[in-house]
Amino acid sequence: MSASLERGVALFKEAIDAPIASFFSSCVHCGLCAEACEFYVDTGDPKYTPIHKLDPLKRLWRQEYTLVGRIAKALGLSRPITDAELAEWSELVYDSCTLCARCSMVCPVGNDIAYMVRKMREGMAVAGHAPEGLIFATTRTINVGSPMGVSIDTVKAQIRHQEKETGETIPLDRVGVDYMVLLSSMEVVNYPEYLGALAKIFKQAGVTWTLSSDGFEATNSGIQIGVSDLAREIVQRVVDAAEKLKVKGVVSPECGHAYTALRWEGPNLIGRPYPFEVVHIVELLDRLRQEGRLRTSGKTDTPLTFHDPCQLVRRGGVIDQPRNLLREVAGDFRDVADRGVMNWCCGGGGGVSTNDRAEPLRLAAFRQKKEQLDAAGVSTLVTACANCRVVMEEALEAYHMEHVQVLGLTELVAEHLAQAEEARKAA
Amino acid sequence: MADMTVGALLRERGVSRRTFLKFCTALASLMALPPGMGEVIARTLESARRPSVIWLSFQECTGCTESLTRSATPTIEGLILDVISLDYHHTLQAASGTAAEAARERAMKEAFGHYVLIVDGSIPLGNAGYSTIAGVSNAALLAETAKGAAAVVAVGSCASFGGLPAAEPNPTGAVAVSKLVTDRPVVNVPGCPPIGVVIAGVVAHYLTFGKVPELDGLGRPKVFYGETIHDRCYRRTFYDRGLFAESFDDEGARKGWCLYKLGCKGPVTYNACATTKWNAGTSFPIQSGHGCLGCSEPAFWDVGGFYNALSVTTTPLNKPTGIALAAGAAVGAAVAIGNRKKQADARKGHQTATLGDLEKTS
Amino acid sequence: MTVTSMDLLLWARGPGFEAAVVIFTLGMVWRLIEIFSLGRKPDLSLPRERAGASGLNTVFRRFLFPPGMLRRAPVTYLGGYVFHIGFGIVLLFFIPHIELARGVVGFGWPGLPTPVVDLVAVITMVTLVVMLVSRITDPAKRLISTVEDYLTWALTLAPLLTGYLAYHHLLLPYQTMLAVHILAAELLLVAMPFTKLIHFVTVFPARWYNGDLFGHKGVPS
Repeated sequence: MSASLERGVALFKEAIDAPIASFFSSCVHCGLCAEACEFYVDTGDPKYTPIHKLDPLKRLWRQEYTLVGRIAKALGLSRPITDAELAEWSELVYDSCTLCARCSMVCPVGNDIAYMVRKMREGMAVAGHAPEGLIFATTRTINVGSPMGVSIDTVKAQIRHQEKETGETIPLDRVGVDYMVLLSSMEVVNYPEYLGALAKIFKQAGVTWTLSSDGFEATNSGIQIGVSDLAREIVQRVVDAAEKLKVKGVVSPECGHAYTALRWEGPNLIGRPYPFEVVHIVELLDRLRQEGRLRTSGKTDTPLTFHDPCQLVRRGGVIDQPRNLLREVAGDFRDVADRGVMNWCCGGGGGVSTNDRAEPLRLAAFRQKKEQLDAAGVSTLVTACANCRVVMEEALEAYHMEHVQVLGLTELVAEHLAQAEEARKAA
Repeated sequence: MADMTVGALLRERGVSRRTFLKFCTALASLMALPPGMGEVIARTLESARRPSVIWLSFQECTGCTESLTRSATPTIEGLILDVISLDYHHTLQAASGTAAEAARERAMKEAFGHYVLIVDGSIPLGNAGYSTIAGVSNAALLAETAKGAAAVVAVGSCASFGGLPAAEPNPTGAVAVSKLVTDRPVVNVPGCPPIGVVIAGVVAHYLTFGKVPELDGLGRPKVFYGETIHDRCYRRTFYDRGLFAESFDDEGARKGWCLYKLGCKGPVTYNACATTKWNAGTSFPIQSGHGCLGCSEPAFWDVGGFYNALSVTTTPLNKPTGIALAAGAAVGAAVAIGNRKKQADARKGHQTATLGDLEKTS
Repeated sequence: MTVTSMDLLLWARGPGFEAAVVIFTLGMVWRLIEIFSLGRKPDLSLPRERAGASGLNTVFRRFLFPPGMLRRAPVTYLGGYVFHIGFGIVLLFFIPHIELARGVVGFGWPGLPTPVVDLVAVITMVTLVVMLVSRITDPAKRLISTVEDYLTWALTLAPLLTGYLAYHHLLLPYQTMLAVHILAAELLLVAMPFTKLIHFVTVFPARWYNGDLFGHKGVPS
């Protein structure tokens, strides 16, 4: 089989529902979505106006699902959707949108534009207009199990390394424990300290946990490229692994879209609710803090701020937990002006960081983040998504802001675990 | 008789020159003419031969004549009747029968091309038998008499626009004078009835200047019909402040508040009632507590009811709206069925996407 | 009999109004069913409860300026508010309009003094012009604007302008100007179900869906 315009249009037809019809009917072309989108605000190019990214889908809705549109189409008065048009829209749908959903938060008539972009990607992808980088990452995920080609052997190597580093055991394939922990390939490769941090925290909190050799990858390229059939295959691996190990819950790592994929889209992809709970590591840490099972001591005094990963906070609902935790371990926390559910995207979510042709645009879009950091006057940026970390590190370098250090929240918490602090004092 | 000059006749009737000058000045100010015109009117009229006026009454109630002739004391209206030579008028003439018709025919012959034809009442075109005079149909009489008329004045709303007889369903086929007299200008002096002094003023203008006054789009003299009642109404401030009588004799009504909600048609009615008023400036309907009926406008009987506010629609909406709801639901249901089928077919026909589908093979 | 201005006014108040109400009613029912017929798949993921995060909450919350947005688009926000509120005041609190409503639905409500409504009408019209200039000059708005945007702008201005002219007895004889005003309002009514003007109804389900989608995840949108 092959990608084709017909398949793309067929998927547009499947994707359109009552919310989308309400949204398209209500749009008054006020342009406020553009003012919320960093791709427009940082480039000034009006083609990045969020609702504009949906133009082909809106025309399809009109032509197929409205009486006036159908009559117009029958009379030959409507402009058909063409392959060339979808090709032109590929940049708008994949490069200039991270599904960050700031636009969805500000639209005065209530349009959830990110919801619609996600759905539009279903058709764009099978019409052959997804970016190369994303197709490649998805292919590797489906065939190898990870977008970066990370295998269980790599993971095992990191396990051994971290066990040595921390002196803790990192369990694999244990049955019946509290939580099965997932990792993002990015963490395995770039931030393996995350695994060590988990080991230390869970030890102190008395949480039983395990990794699974059948399903360790949290990321879901199918969600990024927007093909539910492929996303389903990827998420099924996690579900099967969790059910096989009979765990009470699955912990999604410091990643944004992985949480969205597993917690929110997963049950709808596989067609049934899970028999286990899904929590983001930050959710779990805060829960442990509330239960008194997470004891920290000492605080980091360097001025720092928090970057709210879009898929975790605005799209995920894990809103208060990061700051609850930071309050315990940060002595000089300086929040940014647009914070929490209104924070600005790192620029690399939604598959954009996997999309090489989008790199210049992604870096241009970082300017809002840079302005936030400049205004906050901080040299440390804490976040809870490995992709945000990498993307922001690259951007900070590009903007000659190397003095700003980016940290993961879990690691920061682990640094201030009560025993760790005592051990440091003893030394 | 029409041989005396106006001045001579007035002197004979014992009307002093002072009274006559007052009359002419009053006429001048009534018609908003510049000061000094009173003198001009007086001089012109004094030496004028009394013009012959033929007054034809068709389907009318005689209210127009009544309006003109109301006078407890000598009034402008009364004096006008002295100035003109009213050679034919059903109600006012002493003669009757063949003598009356003979008087009309003689006046027409002697003053052919010079007499003023005044008409009140509408003309039935449905069946001539609805209204005849001496066996002659109104239409025929009008056609014959208009031939020698220097000016035609349609007095009252019936003659001007059709009036009450023309109200739905217009059983007699009543029409206005201007529908039948098309070869010369017709001055419409509408009202039901028109204000007496307005009738007199129009005639006086013609007598003085030898031409009809400036007319609006409906053939009405602008000097009397140039403003709406609303724009000259003494209760206007209440309208602007939203203070309305809600029912007759409620607190608002007793306080003299605006009668808009009780159906006053003042905003769309052009007439002089609010300024000139009736019975030598005594009062007018609104001042007496009743909304304006709009009687100087065409079809005022059929504009949606005297007691419905202007803003109320003239057709009932319950049934059409009900039908529209049902029809909309039917159209919507049909489209809905089509939508759901298309959506279901698309979803049922879903081809599971594989990696190979992400790129075009050719 | 020649057609008089009264005939036009009578038509506008009678058959014209009836036709407009019929088309509007039919159109709105049809279009709303058309929209909702597409349904929505149930969400099988476990919802996260959070006070303030729900469809109904968002219906009301979207009336407010989102944090940090007012200074980025002051003309759009303030113009939008002044226009909508002004239009609402002129439509709903002008006494003759209230009397029209009373005649149609059987009840009325207190109105505002006419000179106040007159001033509001002027402010509203000026705002509409400002919004048009913004639409033409702002790059994002200019790109996404279509013929429909400019047409609906004119359809919205027309009743305001002709109403103002009628009230002040300008341009045309009063009965004619009033008839034109009523016809302009009827044209606006007829256009509502078939243009973006339908947002005056669909904004509520759209915001509700938004709040529900976000609220399922415990995010107050």
